[in-house]
Amino acid sequence: MSELTKQRPKHLALHEIRQPLAAIASILHRISGAGLFLMLPLLIWLLQLSLGTTQESADLFRAVAGNWLVKLILLGLLWAFLHHFCMGIRILLIDIHVGVEKAQAHASAKAVLAVSLALTAVFGLKLLGVY
Amino acid sequence: MKCIVVGAHYGLMDWLAQRVTAVVMAIFTLIVFAAMLGGVLGSREAWQSFMSNGVIRFASFLFIVSLCYHAWVGVRDIWMDYINSAALRLILHAATLLALLGYAGWAIQIIWRL
Repeated sequence: MSELTKQRPKHLALHEIRQPLAAIASILHRISGAGLFLMLPLLIWLLQLSLGTTQESADLFRAVAGNWLVKLILLGLLWAFLHHFCMGIRILLIDIHVGVEKAQAHASAKAVLAVSLALTAVFGLKLLGVY
Repeated sequence: MKCIVVGAHYGLMDWLAQRVTAVVMAIFTLIVFAAMLGGVLGSREAWQSFMSNGVIRFASFLFIVSLCYHAWVGVRDIWMDYINSAALRLILHAATLLALLGYAGWAIQIIWRL
């Protein structure tokens, strides 16, 4: 049996492996994308209500957007969008060979996680009507 | 070893489309963000007049098309990674594609009738 096909022990207990930050940011990119996809009907419906010209659509928009469960979902989607956006920029930069070195890649993964959370706080507090 | 690309494109087109659509969406996001700082979300009237502007409608149309194409590639990748049954994967691919086509039509008619 050659070196390449040799059977090696596999350890795929993902929860027991300490994932590097870049791996966490990466899987969150996938999860946030999936979440945004699943909630697309809600987002398009809200767009429709926000752009409707009748009084009913204005009232319904206010009622739906004011619902606490909807606000909670929108808060989650806000983070999902911001994380996906920031991580997307990181991926595009790595595509053009910017920040490929291990230390830089680690720093940019950390920045993606931090910036998206910070922006979620800034916009989220606005969404929740704190300011 | 040099890879000679013939008939199949080994996902290169999808890879490129994912990047191009991402850039389109990122630019539109920044436009909306700038408008937001300008107070476009302040009132329903301001938001509606912003969205009915010709240039913005052009851009938001591209955003919707880009979003649906981007989601198609991304969600399809998720199914390819985790769904081992070919039959189930095919059903999920078709369902995803049909849902996204419907979403695109729905969203485009919302911005286009303004």
